Amino acid sequence: MKLLFERSVAGRKQTLFPELDVPEVKYDEALLRREAPRLPQMAEVDLGRHYTELAKQTHGVNDGFYPLGSCTMKYNPRVNEQVAALPGFTDIHPLQPTATVQGCLRAMRELEGMLQEICGMDAMTLQPAAGAHGEYTGLLLIRAHHLAHGDTARTKIIVPDSAHGTNPASAVMAGFTVVAVPSNAEGGVDLDALRAAVGPDTAGLMLTNPNTLGLFDPNIVEICQIVHEAGGLCYYDGANLNAVMGHARPGDMGFDCVHVNLHKTFSTPHGGGGPGSGPVGCKAFLAPYLPGPQVVEGEDGTLAFAYSDQSVGKVRSFYGNFLVAVRALAYILTLGREGIPEASTGAVLNANYLAHRLAEVGYTLPYGERCMHEFVIDCGPLKAETGASAMDVAKRLLDFGIHPPTMYFPLIVHEALMVEPTETESRETLDEFVDMMARIFAEAHEDGERLHGAPFDCPIGRPDEVTAARKPHLRYEFE
Amino acid sequence: MSTIPAELSYTTSHEWVSVEDDVYTIGLTDFAQDALGDLVFVNLPQEGDEVVAGEAFADVESVKAVSDVFSPVTGVVVEVNEDLLDAPESINEDPYDAWFVRVGDVSEVGELLDADAYEAHCEQEA
Repeated sequence: MKLLFERSVAGRKQTLFPELDVPEVKYDEALLRREAPRLPQMAEVDLGRHYTELAKQTHGVNDGFYPLGSCTMKYNPRVNEQVAALPGFTDIHPLQPTATVQGCLRAMRELEGMLQEICGMDAMTLQPAAGAHGEYTGLLLIRAHHLAHGDTARTKIIVPDSAHGTNPASAVMAGFTVVAVPSNAEGGVDLDALRAAVGPDTAGLMLTNPNTLGLFDPNIVEICQIVHEAGGLCYYDGANLNAVMGHARPGDMGFDCVHVNLHKTFSTPHGGGGPGSGPVGCKAFLAPYLPGPQVVEGEDGTLAFAYSDQSVGKVRSFYGNFLVAVRALAYILTLGREGIPEASTGAVLNANYLAHRLAEVGYTLPYGERCMHEFVIDCGPLKAETGASAMDVAKRLLDFGIHPPTMYFPLIVHEALMVEPTETESRETLDEFVDMMARIFAEAHEDGERLHGAPFDCPIGRPDEVTAARKPHLRYEFE
Repeated sequence: MSTIPAELSYTTSHEWVSVEDDVYTIGLTDFAQDALGDLVFVNLPQEGDEVVAGEAFADVESVKAVSDVFSPVTGVVVEVNEDLLDAPESINEDPYDAWFVRVGDVSEVGELLDADAYEAHCEQEA
């Protein structure tokens, strides 16, 4: 499609001004531009059509299936939007006296309490704006804890090799050195390697459970014990909480702090800029270090903001992405105590159904057909046999209006496709996906080379990602 | 099968090493560049930086992923191949010419494999 600059016609404008009927003000020449800025010139109708055309080329959960692994692209119920649009939540200012926004503080406190219950934690902050921001905040709590005990030697964070890339990145941002531990043959943490890695320099461990292979680590209690006995703390990356919410709690597994992604697990908008939200929960002994302000309840039931002297400080302006928190609260209240575990049960059931059916088609599942909320396909055997790679399969899916699974992650599976259907997809949708995957599997065996050209029916074909990365065109080049 | 020159030494994490006058030249092997795919970005240390055997000293980015490059020795970087910054593709084209750094003042050398042992290691990983 044409760019805005290519649609531009010199002299065309959005608004026609009437003739000037007031005295013209002359600015000093020195203040004026020598040349007009090179902006596209067009009518409002053309501008509107440009953006509508762009919008038609996007893909969201409202367009079709979106099994992007570890991203939990579930459907966001409309009722969340209705609740978040209530004037009592929108027509407010963050600096308003707390006496006039008691309802908003109550909503925050309610959500904190429910997330604490779901995670098995004692305290919560809604401030972090997304998952990695939550990780960073949790690591600041761990650091503050060690420093408060005069323990300055604990500089290392242990991260399994199947972890999300944000884990080591957050640890480095928080001033730690990262120690990677390998996975065992079953895809869990190698306990001997973990025992060898911990010591007096261990600040903590970051873990996603279930991990990025969609496997629940059966040694989770022992893993936390090993880290605790060495004097470290355990951080739960809540990226995959959708697999266990309402059934198992990170706090009961032995974790000391956790973040949850409201935009994944609790059905708030995700992708396209979010905004996200990554509340952080912790056990009571870490609570004094949480970012301020915290919502506290007075004896008369009045809510107020309080700052702890030992707080690590604000990690974001004001109170986080408040209206995202309201959406999550609406979601949890809609589902209730019974609905929350039912949602994760559905997520796990859908993933196992898909894993089983795709294995029947002939795809390779390196860790077996049993999984939690997601699973990993290894396209290595398909590539060896037909030449068609994980990338080719993913690109071909675009032709069928399906967002591809996560590709080439986790790194420990070389031709990985990571599939997470979520609980909000019907059996019909899952079956359609299997049909498309079967068709691609057959196409690969007929003519694997042809799939290198996929997608065939999209607005653009296969972009040259290598040239785009090596020699990017980052701005429009005028003739 | 990837190229494995007999005169070089190798690490299990797929770096190659050559030694001349106590200066260690380090790069990525053919096997590594092939597994990573087309490289689009390289992050290098600076002259004077200390490197530690077994720890990352540089990283490379392909369209698939970012990967660490590990130092086989402990020492000080005496020379950096800055040409790689503008031409990461040279690592794909000629991995044994596209050296990353030269390290001097070496106090420790990690476990190195000869060409035969490295070839066996690659076959195991492939």
